[in-house]
Amino acid sequence: MNMGGPEEGVMSTGERLIYMANQIARNLATEEPGRAAEMVAEHIRLFWDPAMRARIVALAAEDAGALTPVAAAAVARIARA
Amino acid sequence: MSFTREKDHGTPPALATGRNVTLTIDGEQVILPEGTSILRAASLTGTAIPKLCASDNLESFGSCRLCLVEIEGRAGYPASCTTPIAEGMVVHTQSEALKQLRRGVMELYISDHPLDCLTCAANGDCELQDQAGAVGLREVRYGYDGATNMGQAKDRSNPYFDFDPSKCIVCSRCVRACDEVQGTFALTIDGRGFDSRVAASEGQDFLASECVSCGACVQACPTASLIERTVVESGTPDRAVVTTCAYCGVGCTFRAEMRGEELVRMVPWKEGKANHGHSCVKGRFAWGYAQHRDRVLNPMIRSNVTEPWREVSWEEAIAHTAAEFRRIQAKYGRTSVGGITSSRCTNEETFLVQKLVRQGFGNNNVDTCARVCHSPTGYGLKTTFGTSAGTQDFDSVEHCDVMMVIGANPTDAHPVFGSRMKRRLREGAKLIVIDPRRIDLVKSPHVEAAHHLPLRPGTNVAVLTAMAHVVATEHLYDEAFIRERCDWDEFQDWAEFVSQPGRSPEATEPLTGVPAEELRAAARLYATGGNGAIYYGLGVTEHSQGSSTVMAIANLAMATGNIGREGVGVNPLRGQNNVQGSCDMGSFPHEFSGYRHVSDDGVRGAFEAAWGVALDPEPGLRIPNMLDAATDGSFKALFVQGEDILQSDPNTQHVAAGLAAMECVVVQDLFLNETANYAHIFLPGSTFLEKDGTFTNAERRIQLVRKVMAPLNGYADWEVVQLVAKAMGLDWDYTHPSEIMDEIAALTPTFAGVHYDRLEAEGSLQWPANDAAPHGTPTMHMDGFVRGKGRFVVTDYIPTDEKTGPRFPLLLTTGRILSQYNVGAQTRRTGNSAWHAEDRLEIHPVDAENRGIADGDWVSLKSRAGETTLRALITERVAPGVVYTTFHHPDTQANVVTTDYSDWATNCPEYKVTAVQVGLTNGPSDWQRGYAEQTRQSRRIAPVEAAE
Repeated sequence: MNMGGPEEGVMSTGERLIYMANQIARNLATEEPGRAAEMVAEHIRLFWDPAMRARIVALAAEDAGALTPVAAAAVARIARA
Repeated sequence: MSFTREKDHGTPPALATGRNVTLTIDGEQVILPEGTSILRAASLTGTAIPKLCASDNLESFGSCRLCLVEIEGRAGYPASCTTPIAEGMVVHTQSEALKQLRRGVMELYISDHPLDCLTCAANGDCELQDQAGAVGLREVRYGYDGATNMGQAKDRSNPYFDFDPSKCIVCSRCVRACDEVQGTFALTIDGRGFDSRVAASEGQDFLASECVSCGACVQACPTASLIERTVVESGTPDRAVVTTCAYCGVGCTFRAEMRGEELVRMVPWKEGKANHGHSCVKGRFAWGYAQHRDRVLNPMIRSNVTEPWREVSWEEAIAHTAAEFRRIQAKYGRTSVGGITSSRCTNEETFLVQKLVRQGFGNNNVDTCARVCHSPTGYGLKTTFGTSAGTQDFDSVEHCDVMMVIGANPTDAHPVFGSRMKRRLREGAKLIVIDPRRIDLVKSPHVEAAHHLPLRPGTNVAVLTAMAHVVATEHLYDEAFIRERCDWDEFQDWAEFVSQPGRSPEATEPLTGVPAEELRAAARLYATGGNGAIYYGLGVTEHSQGSSTVMAIANLAMATGNIGREGVGVNPLRGQNNVQGSCDMGSFPHEFSGYRHVSDDGVRGAFEAAWGVALDPEPGLRIPNMLDAATDGSFKALFVQGEDILQSDPNTQHVAAGLAAMECVVVQDLFLNETANYAHIFLPGSTFLEKDGTFTNAERRIQLVRKVMAPLNGYADWEVVQLVAKAMGLDWDYTHPSEIMDEIAALTPTFAGVHYDRLEAEGSLQWPANDAAPHGTPTMHMDGFVRGKGRFVVTDYIPTDEKTGPRFPLLLTTGRILSQYNVGAQTRRTGNSAWHAEDRLEIHPVDAENRGIADGDWVSLKSRAGETTLRALITERVAPGVVYTTFHHPDTQANVVTTDYSDWATNCPEYKVTAVQVGLTNGPSDWQRGYAEQTRQSRRIAPVEAAE
């Protein structure tokens, strides 16, 4: 049923995954970029299920600009693993 | 346990001085700690001196004059409750003169007391009656024709207890219990001499007064003047069983006092190590839900959520559940199903649900309601200290000098511990409160915060970093502690970061709203005021930077050396009764019990060997990920034990969409909750009164839950999960929860010493409890951090993406209230609704006036996620620009409004920050009316067809 909410309040799953990856990267931004990317990748490896990891890799391939540089570097590490 | 009243030694134990004194009582030489009262000393050595106004949870008062004794060499007859023992003292507790004095006193009491013992509700359980017998009262010489206080009207306003002033002996125990134990100061003795009366607040009835209905006064009353309504209606109990409360994370232990299978009353147990004989309105009185007419006792199934439910046998329901999960896995894959464990259920039940998922479903798609409350605590404390738990026991508060309360409202959400905090504050400890709201602790009778930092919601990290700036730049840190216990290089990096000018209180004041000088003063007090203890709640965790805030707190504690001894520490106040336990038991999708990652080959190998299957080495889905996957079509079935995600989780619209997309939702619960609107199988649950098990409270204390009556639905929850597991082909054969705990102990190093016989012997154990700590661990990190060196983590402030603007100019924050609990499934079905029958929106007078809103008006509450309506409560407890509400009532469904922003590390929802607009409206919204109709339709149960 319609809960009365405007659509703008809901992210699609893909949007949410991109948002989450970028959010993790933002919170580790005080680290040097290479180290930050390593930490973001490690965080995603530890806490995201394989399907989510595969999805973020695919999303990054579809839209290279969706991820911040650190998040993109982290996802690239995951893709290589 | 048969029924015996708990021993009352008359006065509290003496403060420990380490010195003993030797005296003689009735010819017997005794040696006891200095400072002990004669009354207590006699009681400890087996002599019960008559008493009425004395109780060992209250300071001695000396008013009843019944406990008089003779002391050789001293004149007169001193009251033994107010006279401390002394070296060489010779005491006589019984003599002819004492007999006459006591009889005379008792005569005066009884001359103004109804002689209706045979019809009195307290007959057989009345101290006045007992003491009349003890002093040998045989007549009352004064007659009953004079003025008396008898015949006064009873106050029956409170839903749980009666106050009959006719039976009051004005001993002041109720008043002192309210003052000393509860700390509310709601009661007083009004008038003088013969006109003295117990009065609530300013002569109001109990319900309308400031009384918080904790029950301390009822427990203290030596007559039937204050007595539980259930005792009036059912009679006095005939047996008692000690068990653990199923409400908040304080974990109070109670005597469930029974008549046969009927629960007569719950009385807080004096030996309880978490509550020491105190209680709150929920644990003490709000257990009526256990036998509420709404409880569903028969399993039910339906093929479609638009159909009525059909009652079926347990056999059919279990077989159908197993078949559905196997069918869905066969069709959509191994990872298309999952489960949610409950923080309300026992450790053993939680362990079994995650075992069902890992062993039976063959994946790690298991999560728990801690996802939406304290998951950042697990992440933050494990990262910094090495273990996902608070550092102290509750008793530690007695040794703290400065208490810093961040994003918590203990007097409402953890009331029994809140009372202990207030007691310590009355003794002189200083208080810092960091909270957008002016919670009760900020200013209440005899308690006032030294500093209240009313920060703008969402700026926790900025405030804590500014405090760290003060500590670092003013050199208030404990260098010796840091060098010994922490990584010095990491500390230096952290100190350099927090010392940057942009992180000073002055620089951050414009965004946090906290006056810089006030913040500096608070930081100095915490760092230099002696033992500094931090207590925090969901106002810390339920933010997009929840984990960062937990780490910022840990940083502050390490920097100031406030870790590793009594009186200090970092203490998460857990919301539900077994949040700690559900996390400990491996409920998160990335880790086994004891917080060990599923990718750890050694740990996983141990579980594989024990369970006889290969286990998935990859993390599974968290609750929000499950819902996302469901809307995407890859997640199709969910087993939910004791959680109502539709009401409790954020962005109701998204939760509903996820549930609606699944082919099989199983809800195991006491009631047809909101989630059950989307369920296909309903398995009735059992209450904490109906099963054995353990809960683990916020201080890591594992306590026994004991069955006091048979499950009304036929099975304890652990038995139901076992039936499902067996139907799925698993070789489970537990005959008692103790066997489940034995398995937990065998597989979890921190629980290695936890077995039921040890819990029975010790009363409780705080993990780690193993060979290294056979009696448990009250204080963590005493000699070193669990991870080795304490780790300082740089926590940069990242503003939330939930922004206010012209359309949504106010910030909504949500929370709890004393009388209701979580989604209200239990407390809404009790007399507690007398205090909180609906969720209200707290709004500052300025914001209300700008919108033309008067107190009690219906207002719409609208965010980017959704809209609901509720009535306004105008109050200065909230700052201008901030509004607040609770989420206890499904009619309001506050989470229609909250968004799906969440903590960066754990996905814990950002309940505490939602940009909203508030405006006048005429009443419930179209959504609320529609939802009410959907619920009505969903809860239909088809009539059972008559047998041919």
